[in-house]
Amino acid sequence: MKKLISLFLCLVMVLSLFTGCSNNNGATTDGNADTGESDVIKIGVFEPLTGENGGGGLQELGGIEYANKIYPEVLGKKIELVVVDNKTDKGEATTAVSRLIEKENVVAIIGSYGSGVSIAAGDIIKNKQIPTMGASCTNPMVTQGNDYYFRACFLDPFQGKVMANYALDQGAKTAAVIMQNGDDYSIGLGNFFINAFKELTNDENSIVDVSEFQVNDTDFNAILTNVKAKNPDVIFAPSSATTAPLIIKQARALGIESLIMGGDTWENPAVIDVAGNDAEGIVLSTFFDENDPATEEAKKFVEGYKAELGDTEPIIPAVSALGYDAYILVRDAIERAGSTDGTAIRDAIAATENFEGVTGVINFTEEGDADKSIAVIKTVQDGQFVYIDTVEVK
Amino acid sequence: MTIQIFLQQVANGISIGSLYSLIAIGYTMVYGILRLINFAHGDIFMMAAYFMVFSMINFSLPWYISTIIVIVVTIALGVLIEKIAYKPLRDAPRMSIMISAIGMSFLLENLAVYLFTGVPKGFPDIEILTKSISFGNISLSVVTVITPIVTLIMLIFVLFITNKTKIGMAMRAVSKDYETARLMGININKVISTTFVIGSGLAAIGAILWGSKYPSVIPLMGVMPGLKCFIAAVLGGIGNTTGAVLGGFILGMSEIMLVSFLPSLTGYRDAIAFIILIVVLLVKPTGLLGEKVTDKV
Repeated sequence: MKKLISLFLCLVMVLSLFTGCSNNNGATTDGNADTGESDVIKIGVFEPLTGENGGGGLQELGGIEYANKIYPEVLGKKIELVVVDNKTDKGEATTAVSRLIEKENVVAIIGSYGSGVSIAAGDIIKNKQIPTMGASCTNPMVTQGNDYYFRACFLDPFQGKVMANYALDQGAKTAAVIMQNGDDYSIGLGNFFINAFKELTNDENSIVDVSEFQVNDTDFNAILTNVKAKNPDVIFAPSSATTAPLIIKQARALGIESLIMGGDTWENPAVIDVAGNDAEGIVLSTFFDENDPATEEAKKFVEGYKAELGDTEPIIPAVSALGYDAYILVRDAIERAGSTDGTAIRDAIAATENFEGVTGVINFTEEGDADKSIAVIKTVQDGQFVYIDTVEVK
Repeated sequence: MTIQIFLQQVANGISIGSLYSLIAIGYTMVYGILRLINFAHGDIFMMAAYFMVFSMINFSLPWYISTIIVIVVTIALGVLIEKIAYKPLRDAPRMSIMISAIGMSFLLENLAVYLFTGVPKGFPDIEILTKSISFGNISLSVVTVITPIVTLIMLIFVLFITNKTKIGMAMRAVSKDYETARLMGININKVISTTFVIGSGLAAIGAILWGSKYPSVIPLMGVMPGLKCFIAAVLGGIGNTTGAVLGGFILGMSEIMLVSFLPSLTGYRDAIAFIILIVVLLVKPTGLLGEKVTDKV
């Protein structure tokens, strides 16, 4: 009896192996035919909706969905957004992007918030030749050596330089840097800041302390006590919106009065919500300011999206603007390519010229990065993000 | 390093250590009675933090009423989890109940992600706890000073219950020999429920103190503290309450001292907890204050 059962089980398994293969083949060929003939065109959205960067991912998704509402069609067909959650996790990222490409047969992908997950998904995107438009992933490695990855935002070497310049303008002579171990965004931006600051001050010892913490860390007292002992003029702590308020609050509780600065991820209401009064006076760089629309498209966007947001967000988050730009860039490229073939869309994106986006006029470099030289610097005043300056660095 | 910086670091160590201790007591008690590592303990702790957010921010109740509500609701949750996930498996092999605990932990995490999303919520500001006080150049928040005191009071409270009361005697009997205790007419369910009441109550108090110190509430906030407090309990000798407190202090202090004396290794701070776990298991598997029991898990 046992033998019989095991024989049967073996048979089932072997058969399922075959059916698995044939199904799979069937699906992909069918899928390709589908995207050619069906009446919707699927664009994948690859964002963290949960995990450490859940807050930022949701903001970016908001911009993408709004763009989809304004421009719902391309090539005479409806655009369907397929949203997957990469959970701010590099492992999940590869699964999520594979699902978009293999199961959902998307013709292009938008995302992701967070450079680490974008880099992790890069190889699959390159191998499957699906053009992808990053919105706010700022680490240089996202597009490096990857013909199919583009992005609508500026890069960390630039952002690091902007913040170092700003610190210097404020009269800072020494700085401490706190970064998150294993997070490409944080480590990248931190190091670019360190290099730029050393170069600008012309002093190897101007960076007085460099510390790293780990994901999900909540206690920064030990690190900050070390920092306090060195008494730097500024603290630069590129980190997620989840971590930032904890660092800010604990620094102030320890009696540190230095200027605290971060990167684009800090422009999130969660930072002010959680850090409360301690958030006053922090400085961050970002991509976009609603009070200074750069293009016609931007004016339209600010007006429309403001009404769409209502009371949920006090200001339009920069990543929403970038999400919107990423979507209209992809849609425009599909229109110009006149087809949903991956390579054709890729070539159309690469050929984009003087495209009027919300965050400025966009051209792409050889590497696939938006050619931008302007960053916005903001601070927090009375519980609100407030515009300070627009910086141009060549 | 100046003496002041060193003292500040010692204060940091005591503060995080006593938080670990407080939560570790819950682990150790459940293990002592049920021989179960309650993996869901860290997630009960997370839920308690959310309850506090809701009662203080969404229902705008004052902190002292909220605290009581949170403790009661968390206890109810803990007891409910025991009734749903552990009680039906009381006579099953120990491995099944452990897997059930892991399942419960994932269920709570994902439920929290589903209900509250991944966006961090700010923990309500309880002013008397978050106020900053300074001694010379050393700044501390009130909660940092209060936590070790609360932990010691709770330790004494738990020791009093287990050693001096009738239910405590029953607990000790159950932990020695579960079957015999049952045959002697001890109401096992009542004993176990009491254990969960105390454990969850401590998790709730821990969450309130934790939240005042690290005011960012996310669904996965219980994972790392849960793991570290479990390690603290093993270090002190799992099943031994005083050991758990000692283990928590040692763990917190070693973490802070690592960052303080070897600043280049700050990125490996979590690793130290696991290194301690491995060393303890190799050198003295029963932990610092644990007794030798031959037991098959």
